[in-house]
Amino acid sequence: MDIGIFAQYGPMLLRGFGITVLCWILGTIFGMTLGLIIALIQRYSPRWVNWIVQIYIEVIRGTPFLVQLFVLYYGGPLIGLRLDALPAGLLGLTIYGSPYFAEIFRSGFRAVPHGQIEAARAIGMAEPAIIRRILLPLGLVSALPALVNFSIILTKETVILSIITVPELMYQVSRMSTETFRFVEANLVLALFFWALVETISRVGRRLEARVTRHLLERS
Amino acid sequence: MFSIPVFLQSFEPLFWAARHTLLISGLGIALGLVIGTLICAARLSPSGLLRRFAALWVSFLRGVPLLVQLLVFYYSLPMIGIDVPPIVAAVICVGICASAYISEIWRGSINALPKGQTEAAVAIGMRPRDVWTRVILPQAFAMSLPALVNELILLVKASSLVSVVGILEITRASQAHAATTFRPLEVYIAAACIYLAINLCLSALGRYLEHRTAI
Repeated sequence: MDIGIFAQYGPMLLRGFGITVLCWILGTIFGMTLGLIIALIQRYSPRWVNWIVQIYIEVIRGTPFLVQLFVLYYGGPLIGLRLDALPAGLLGLTIYGSPYFAEIFRSGFRAVPHGQIEAARAIGMAEPAIIRRILLPLGLVSALPALVNFSIILTKETVILSIITVPELMYQVSRMSTETFRFVEANLVLALFFWALVETISRVGRRLEARVTRHLLERS
Repeated sequence: MFSIPVFLQSFEPLFWAARHTLLISGLGIALGLVIGTLICAARLSPSGLLRRFAALWVSFLRGVPLLVQLLVFYYSLPMIGIDVPPIVAAVICVGICASAYISEIWRGSINALPKGQTEAAVAIGMRPRDVWTRVILPQAFAMSLPALVNELILLVKASSLVSVVGILEITRASQAHAATTFRPLEVYIAAACIYLAINLCLSALGRYLEHRTAI
């Protein structure tokens, strides 16, 4: 065990961790947004559109993330899609996460009691207002635990971005271990950073869950 | 532009490599079932030490990305003097990772079994061992089949990561083929098609089993 190398590699590792967190946050936000759009399309559009959406979901869920990244990053330029590693990785994370998020939102929407929506229609609310004021708030509350859970899974997928040379933590750690042959220290750092990240996310998630279900406790 | 002949031609080398993908994920889940059963037994055992070990095993393997596990496992084995062929190391690593998820699947279905089943078995005077082998385990196994097929699908996808340690499965073969033909788009889409075909078959199997074993 040699603590000295951290003085040398510390800033590099921290920068890598910053990029990991950035990828995770942006990937989660974009993936969730796309997933929400997909779930709303599935709910409100005609059957043939649903078919196309369903094929998209099956294709993305049936192929490995690594292969999707390869198609995007190495195959993209052939059809004029030239991206740097980081934007390609972000786009990949967004696409990869979207069908899973869409399924989570879909089951969240299903958990909204139908009577609530019928009541809203009966008092004459317009459909956009129903989505904004009934479907989303109620559906999001029941989808929250699954959303947090999948965001945690996404943190682990960010390490795969290192294979297409996104300079995130895993990339820096492999560089450090090949330059210094210090596998134990390098991987210890990796494990510690990830443990901290996952622990923080799940703690924030629990707090958020307690916050949004507060009204349920007060009533009983 | 996208060239159909190149796309069709790239299937041949990839099919050959698909055997390794199937081998690694198939043996991986078999090994995962064995270790996962042991871990689940430890998790449910009366011994506090065993329970704590199993909980640590599960939380560590589920918390650390598989890619990291693979690299650590692959590079640290030679350091402690164990020299195994890469494919064996890959199967062991994938199996160990799967064991954490499988033990949770087992635990979930054992817990989901109605309490009345165990109580009824005890009430008619079955021995504890018979309660486990004749009442709890058969039903828990039937209940967990769809989840196990799901885990197998995840493993087929996860086996693409094994390419980073140089095993010639679908992803590695498509990297090599893309490098020689300079047509990454067609080759990688062909690879995606093969993965998709395997996983669609598996998910059809999963739906069939779910239908068959519905209690």
